Amino acid sequence: MKLLLRLRAPIAAALLGLLLLAAGLTALGYDAGAALAALYRGAFGSWYAFTSATLVRAVPLIVIGLGISISFRAGALNIGAEGQFAAGAMAATATGLAMGRWPGIVAIPVVLAVGALAGAAWVAVPVVLRVRYRVQEVISTLLLNFVAEALVSFMVQGPLQESKRIYPQSDPIAGSARLPLLPGTRLHLGFLLAVGLVAVVAVVFARTIWGFRLKAVGEAPRASEVTGRINVGWTVAAALLWSGALAGLAGALEVSGVTYALFQNLSPGYGFTAIAVALIAGLDPVGVLIAGLGFGALEAGAAGMQRDAGVPAVAISVVQATIIVVALLSVARARLARGEAAA
Amino acid sequence: MASTDPVVGFLAAAVRIGTPLLWAAAGEVIAERAGVINLSVEGSMLAGCLGAAIGAHAIGDPWIGMAVGMLAGAVVALGFAAIAIWARTDQIIAGTALTMASVGITGLVYRQVTRGMVTGLSVTTLEPLPIPGLAKIPIIGPVLFNQPAPTYLGFGVILLIWWVLFRTTLGLRLRAGGEAAPAARAQGVRVRLIQTGAVVVGGAMAGFGGATLVLAQVGTFAERMTAGRGFIAIAIVVLGRWHPAGVALAALAFGAATALQFVFQAMGLAVPYQFFLMLPYLLALAALTGVAGRVRAPAGLGRTVE
Repeated sequence: MKLLLRLRAPIAAALLGLLLLAAGLTALGYDAGAALAALYRGAFGSWYAFTSATLVRAVPLIVIGLGISISFRAGALNIGAEGQFAAGAMAATATGLAMGRWPGIVAIPVVLAVGALAGAAWVAVPVVLRVRYRVQEVISTLLLNFVAEALVSFMVQGPLQESKRIYPQSDPIAGSARLPLLPGTRLHLGFLLAVGLVAVVAVVFARTIWGFRLKAVGEAPRASEVTGRINVGWTVAAALLWSGALAGLAGALEVSGVTYALFQNLSPGYGFTAIAVALIAGLDPVGVLIAGLGFGALEAGAAGMQRDAGVPAVAISVVQATIIVVALLSVARARLARGEAAA
Repeated sequence: MASTDPVVGFLAAAVRIGTPLLWAAAGEVIAERAGVINLSVEGSMLAGCLGAAIGAHAIGDPWIGMAVGMLAGAVVALGFAAIAIWARTDQIIAGTALTMASVGITGLVYRQVTRGMVTGLSVTTLEPLPIPGLAKIPIIGPVLFNQPAPTYLGFGVILLIWWVLFRTTLGLRLRAGGEAAPAARAQGVRVRLIQTGAVVVGGAMAGFGGATLVLAQVGTFAERMTAGRGFIAIAIVVLGRWHPAGVALAALAFGAATALQFVFQAMGLAVPYQFFLMLPYLLALAALTGVAGRVRAPAGLGRTVE
């Protein structure tokens, strides 16, 4: 019941978003009913659609969303998950191509670890810039997204291009570096890993000193500093590095579990959608799991809508933006109701 | 460009490419001086691009396109102002959301209007408008005085913003709201109203910048065509130290960084083109590193006014 109450605002937000989408589509002359039906079919229409579209798309959203929750809790706005995801995907592809002689029990953990490290390395630049030069991480992480995009483009037409050198993509990674699939579906083992990570982060947030420090630093950096027990700079740096590592891991999971190769535009904006996921979840890990599943369904449904009803999939970002805004408004209202001043 | 001198060609391209950035960044200066960090400029620019392409394509007059682009940019900014200033939510997150929404809406509308079209929304671009006399000066003439009209208007608007910000009561009130909102309000300044005006004017200017991109450079619309120029504009504001003149210089420097790729291509350097694509973003980072900590943002920047 308590959970249901907490879900009230997000559900209202999702419904409002869908309503706006329907209104917009009608205004543009689409058949809104058919579009929404196609959206539902794409997400939940069959066991295959649910596992292979909805759950597969939920994995990167959940994993990145957990990372964003960590950084946002510490008051560090990592808007660069898209670039960290790409860094993880590039590193995982390079590693996965070289793992042919190793069994999966070695190859998979190595590929995933390298992806996570690459994501952390990608965010290390903004971390240094923030700690050392006080450059706002909002702008630095954002700018690095475009650098990552260009780097992927270079990789798939340069060092990592497939051996025939025709298409802008990499060769498929070694079979042993691929995540096992649930039989009869395209759902990979990464889903279980994502659920496991939700539990780990939930425990870290609720039961550890570090979880407390994150919150203290995010909500009252000055007070945290003067206690003398919390190093604000290090806490923020660690939060950003972990969020980058999770985004990088998500990139590695995508390569190792879904595409098996590096492409341009590997991510349809997961790094940005995951911000919405984390926000609507109130930066709570279990909330991220639920919101990740919901947004995964929206993404899967958007693909179905494009396929079956001819509605461009980008339309779904209208729904997502509405959800962010409604989540924001409900947070602001709650704060006003408690009589608190906004930060 | 007509000039055959590579240096002149490069500088002229720098000014041409810098113009949309100048417009967007100059608009963001107004918002940030009023205390609002508006990340929806990217969305405003993108909406400006689409508005310009549709307006110019439908009516056949590029200036109608510029006007529609401006209006589209202002509409996005109005949405941002409603959520961030009046509903008092986090400005950065609200700006991100508005930009996301703009990507979706422009994508939808673009596909809607081009359904069944073969050529897309191609439009005739604004021709360079040589200023009589001045355009004949060696080097400076072709670089500064043989540009499309939005470039000249941009320099004019920089002067205008400087004058309003630093020489009028309205500018004083606006800056007071950005530095110390409670104190300004005690003086009877309607801070949130001024912030709203600043954001909407800034959004209209970002829309004009986007329109310039379409009508003075590219000649058509493509989804996500702004590719982060709005975010670069925010970096430009920091580099230009929140001053209109500094912002104009920083915008032109970015234009130059982007124009470098043509020079290197002409020189036949075997550097993959993707590295030139990265250059403006890396330069922005490097420049932020150089100035951050040594410049002071408006004290109330990003703070919600209760």
